[in-house]
Amino acid sequence: MSEHTYSIPVGPLHPAIHEPITLKIDVEGEEIVGVDVFCSQVHRGIEWLGMNRNNPIQNIYLAERVCGICNVCHPFCMVQAVEDASGIYPPERADYIRAIMAELERIHSHLLWAGVAAHEIGFDTVFHYTWALREKVMDLIEYLTGNRVTKAIMMVGGVRRDISEEGKKKIKEGMQYYLEKFAKIEDIYLNDPTIKMRTRDIGVLTREDALRLCAVGPLARASGVPKDVRQDFPYGAYADYGVKAITPDTYNGEIHADVFDRIIVRLLEVKQSVDIIKWAVDNLPSGPILAEKNLVKLKMLLKKAEGEGIGRVEAPRGEDIHYVRLEKGKDPYLSWKIRAPTYNNVLPWIPMLLGGQIADVPIVAASTDPCMSCLNRVTVVDEKGRKYEITKEYMHELSVKKTRRLMRNANRSF
Amino acid sequence: MMFFEVLKLLFKKPFTNKFPVKYAPKNTLGLIEKVQKGEVKINPPVDTPPGFRGKLEYDIDECVGCGLCAQVCPSHAIELVKDKNWVIMHCKDGAKLAAPLKIRIYVSRCIFCAQCVDVCPRKCLKMSDEFLLANEDKLAEDLIIPGP
Repeated sequence: MSEHTYSIPVGPLHPAIHEPITLKIDVEGEEIVGVDVFCSQVHRGIEWLGMNRNNPIQNIYLAERVCGICNVCHPFCMVQAVEDASGIYPPERADYIRAIMAELERIHSHLLWAGVAAHEIGFDTVFHYTWALREKVMDLIEYLTGNRVTKAIMMVGGVRRDISEEGKKKIKEGMQYYLEKFAKIEDIYLNDPTIKMRTRDIGVLTREDALRLCAVGPLARASGVPKDVRQDFPYGAYADYGVKAITPDTYNGEIHADVFDRIIVRLLEVKQSVDIIKWAVDNLPSGPILAEKNLVKLKMLLKKAEGEGIGRVEAPRGEDIHYVRLEKGKDPYLSWKIRAPTYNNVLPWIPMLLGGQIADVPIVAASTDPCMSCLNRVTVVDEKGRKYEITKEYMHELSVKKTRRLMRNANRSF
Repeated sequence: MMFFEVLKLLFKKPFTNKFPVKYAPKNTLGLIEKVQKGEVKINPPVDTPPGFRGKLEYDIDECVGCGLCAQVCPSHAIELVKDKNWVIMHCKDGAKLAAPLKIRIYVSRCIFCAQCVDVCPRKCLKMSDEFLLANEDKLAEDLIIPGP
């Protein structure tokens, strides 16, 4: 490391990273020459509460609050683990409703991410446009579950709300809306020169690195690793559908493994989710939605149950795993372990950021769709002990400036 | 192409519902007074769908005090309390009878999961469509069910 290297800590709270995590970046001029990641900045004791205070039914709603956006995958994953351990399996109709809810959540999460990514590169018109589109799926979720964000639909051995004929009609209308609008989103994101300039060959994660660092979800798929829990270990209704993992070469036949490829993968997954929902609504089997209707009895059954179980779910950000162990005669779990997808997707930041610029940090970090709260500032510490800050606004300005510069240069060359 | 888009946007109505009034008021308390006098009309919020999970409604006469709701409440928002009326009626002669229980719900802690509604054997809990519950005081009168 030469004497011109400066060390910049980003985080633990940063709006571009959306997650309490610290990045130590060594820069030489504008170029990033070293990156280090420090995790475990936020500990909320969720697993402790599940193992000491709550009964399994309360834990469903606690699991829902592990992450605000993934509020179906975490309880979905947890109830799968509990069902595995206790042997209370959901009826077929519940499996389909769960799949519909999980896919609605994927649409909303990917559109939200696409908007944030546009905002990070200073393209706020697209940000507003994408979020206006997202409003339709939020209304649909509100109609089906009773609330816009937290769905509270999972229950051990089934789901809590049924989908009526009216609901089916509304879902179909909503999906038709997305099929019509999809061409436009595709045009905006994939054919716009500004987005292409800012994201092509930025934050490259090679296939080897993705495999070595165990990247999951759209991040791994954008690097050409066809890895999807719905395809590899199908659960619930996905086994009947046969999901195929989407890699960017299905769109244009080439894999660059950069931020642009991640945009392609996520947008194509929105389309895939729309297809899955349409299929699930058409093939919704009739029957009960709960294996055990009486909640008091279910609570007693879970108290008597003994054993361990694992749940795996493909969350919008990648593979989510819950491990649950039940003990006889005790309400709380004996053991509960959550492995959220972002945990795997943090280490790939290092090869992605190396060789880039500070202005690329927000979009590269955002391209893995890390799922946390917002950041306020970055502290820059000079080696001589002189301290000053890079605020979020300054970093955003840098990002916007780079976009303008690239556009100017592009115009000149044409 | 872009020209048509601009023209379309010029004549399109905004997506946003201007709730509660079109422009942000300079004085919120003044606005509330004006609304109460009937000088200003409030834009209604977007309608909630059927089955919306809002503020709980509690039918205290139907409740038998089984306490199942307090057992399943994930956020510990439900507290079991002694039924005051009952104690006064039956304990005047000095007999110490176990007082039947009723519940008290702290809406500021409620996470609106409707689990208590599902578990209630007497169906005395219900989710209403009331959602404007913001308050500076988390123990305000209208955030505790049943009221005083």
